[in-house]
Amino acid sequence: MKTVKKQDILMTGVGGQGTILASDILGEAALLAGYDIKKTDTLGMAQRGGSVISHIRIGDHVYAPLIAEGDVDILIAFEKLEAIRWCTYLRTGGIAIINNLAMPPLSVGLGTSKYPDDKEILAVFKKITNHVYFVDGTSRAQQLGDARTLNTLMMGCISTFLPIDIPIWKEAIAHRIPAKIREINFRAFDEGREALAHVNIG
Amino acid sequence: MPITMTGATTKKLLSGNEAVALGAYHAGIMVATAYPGTPSTEILENLAKYDDLNAEWATNEKVAMEIGIGAAYAGRRTLVSMKHVGLNVAADPFMAVAITGTNAGLVIVSADDPGIHSSQDEQDNRHYAPFAKVPMIEPSDSQEAYDLMAYAFTISEEFDTPVIFRLTTRIAHSNSLTEVTGKRIVPTDRVGFKHNTQKYVMLPVNARYRRPFVEDRLVKLAAYTETFPFNKITWGDKKLGIITSGVSYQYAREVFPTASFLKLGMTHPLPRKMIREFCKGVDRAIVIEELDPFLQENILAMGIKVTGKEFIPGIGELNTKIVRDAAYKAGLVADKPRANAISETPPSLPARPPLLCPGCPHSGVFYTLNILGKRSRLSDKSKEPDVIVTGDIGCYTLAAYPPLLGMDTTDCMGASIGTALGMEKAGVGRKIVAFIGDSTFLHSGITGLVDAVYNNSHITVIILDNSTTAMTGHQEHPGTGMSARNKEAPSVDNKQIVRGIGVKDVKVIDAFDLKALRSTLKSAIDNEELSVVIVRGDCPTKTRARSIPMAIDSEACTSCGTCLKIGCPAIQKVNDQIVIESTLCIGDVCAVCQQICPQHAIEPVKSAAKG
Repeated sequence: MKTVKKQDILMTGVGGQGTILASDILGEAALLAGYDIKKTDTLGMAQRGGSVISHIRIGDHVYAPLIAEGDVDILIAFEKLEAIRWCTYLRTGGIAIINNLAMPPLSVGLGTSKYPDDKEILAVFKKITNHVYFVDGTSRAQQLGDARTLNTLMMGCISTFLPIDIPIWKEAIAHRIPAKIREINFRAFDEGREALAHVNIG
Repeated sequence: MPITMTGATTKKLLSGNEAVALGAYHAGIMVATAYPGTPSTEILENLAKYDDLNAEWATNEKVAMEIGIGAAYAGRRTLVSMKHVGLNVAADPFMAVAITGTNAGLVIVSADDPGIHSSQDEQDNRHYAPFAKVPMIEPSDSQEAYDLMAYAFTISEEFDTPVIFRLTTRIAHSNSLTEVTGKRIVPTDRVGFKHNTQKYVMLPVNARYRRPFVEDRLVKLAAYTETFPFNKITWGDKKLGIITSGVSYQYAREVFPTASFLKLGMTHPLPRKMIREFCKGVDRAIVIEELDPFLQENILAMGIKVTGKEFIPGIGELNTKIVRDAAYKAGLVADKPRANAISETPPSLPARPPLLCPGCPHSGVFYTLNILGKRSRLSDKSKEPDVIVTGDIGCYTLAAYPPLLGMDTTDCMGASIGTALGMEKAGVGRKIVAFIGDSTFLHSGITGLVDAVYNNSHITVIILDNSTTAMTGHQEHPGTGMSARNKEAPSVDNKQIVRGIGVKDVKVIDAFDLKALRSTLKSAIDNEELSVVIVRGDCPTKTRARSIPMAIDSEACTSCGTCLKIGCPAIQKVNDQIVIESTLCIGDVCAVCQQICPQHAIEPVKSAAKG
């Protein structure tokens, strides 16, 4: 087993956004790269529309499947509210990658709660870290021709911070994604890497 | 399945449930049976992929347990899996097989849910092991789940006992690296049923004869557990010794990297000698366990002073932070846990509760009942609604949330009908409607309905028939016409059951036809007789049926908010404008919003564009 600095990754999103498949791909990439890994998805009763959280832990030897609050090295959020909801998990100086997408819960529409604005979100993360990256993941995925490739695109983003070689990522994607949509997912992955080459650093 | 080759063995990233399934498969099971229930469901789903064993969904956990008993009596290794509350349903046959013993191995997976992620309670099923006087195995990761399964079957056969294999959510639903060392070997030495009245016919005379065997078995198991290789002492710093099992071990190892550990893979009966030796060898012994002080109380009863629940919470799921904070408060670690960068999320963030999906066949019926039963009164708490709704276990329980406000009670599988009957007997004075899903009705609703007929009830029972067990991820059931293996199967017709029981007022309606829903529900509510309404509509998350999405004509829309009252996640209000998110809307196969819009402002996207 290779020696690697511990990486605790928290992936958050809304049910139906494909976060679980993304965490499967990440888990498999880490396995192929020869690291120890534990991964757990906290779904609650999430059908579509609920909060979904995946804990992914990579290292030489991983014990606990859950990451302790305040220990997360990389928070990758598929939706902005689901980024700020889990902000206390991010360690000081950790990395936050946030898809620039708002999916207001029903209570916002019914007028009983308010969706936080971008300034508020940024202000909260600024207290924790300087490494906050907003990514236009959903619009980039739509431009590619399939909004559902958001999950591989976000994996492209996170790949820029992890010691896993690109061919291994692509192998992991190939294992998990059916052949007919594999090519567009490879492109989404590259797009994700590209997105963080021109990051909008907050 | 992810595979890498490391030497001679195969290393896979398996969930606990996948590891349990693979371990049982390699242990040579020929029968696997279960009723779906989070977090246990994937065990049977994984076993159903194999052609060389019988893997089936049972009608409920009690039936599953009985099938397991019969299969084990007949000499085939058998796995029965269920969630914690499923074992309550199966407790009667479970207690019976605890006394008869088995023949071939019988392993019962109980998947508990600390933290109540997807359950109605947080019961600690470890108590079932001493209650039934049977052994209990607890893995702490996927590797152990795989490895321990072989032991569980051997123990079952060697000691003539069912074995509880206890998982928790964080074991069942965590993936970790698993070296798969075995291959499938099906034992045949016990095959065949041999008549044995004293063992299998539990007449009082035989049960009394059998009773001492159970005590004798416990004595033998108590000796065995001292030698069980997964009960293990690892000496470290002898100032502190930690006794733990299951996933708690993983949190404890992170918080106390240098302490001495007694890790228990078999938690009933306990290795008392080993525990004494361990506690003697350390200055201070503590127990770290999730939920009840099960280990702690048993060790205290041995006269050994251990602590644990004095500082480790007995409620909810543990994690490293909880254990670390508790350890600091108890003076077990010197260093104050590092404070988080920020300690709290901003107040008043909108919650995101799970919702009924876009296109859910349950939305229209709850919307209609909300209006007919004046359920919206619940939102301002001004007055009780006209109709009381007793609920059950399934996706439709989510209708309890605003705006549908569709539920007054939810207890356990099948309880909706009995609870409604009780309210009626108590003279509650309002119409009572019981909601139950198609799978839940077959699981344990039928007997309640028999009672309703027999005792002259006037309630209305609504069977929400989406032709799947949706909440747990679309498993088949006896009414779907498909088997666990996805092969065609005979289908049990709920309408015929209802009629056969003797209900006279039975109607079957389309879940997406709001006009029919309204008139049928109205007449059922007004009817002084017992009535059953079967509301049929496919689960869109299962069928993935999609058509042209709906859109709102912004000029015609007055933002009256009527459509928001369906609780459809596709209908959102953004900057005072109501919009339908086209990627979420399943289109005119549902069209519930289109039917209720007072301004007729909702139409499928294309025709709206033409207009």
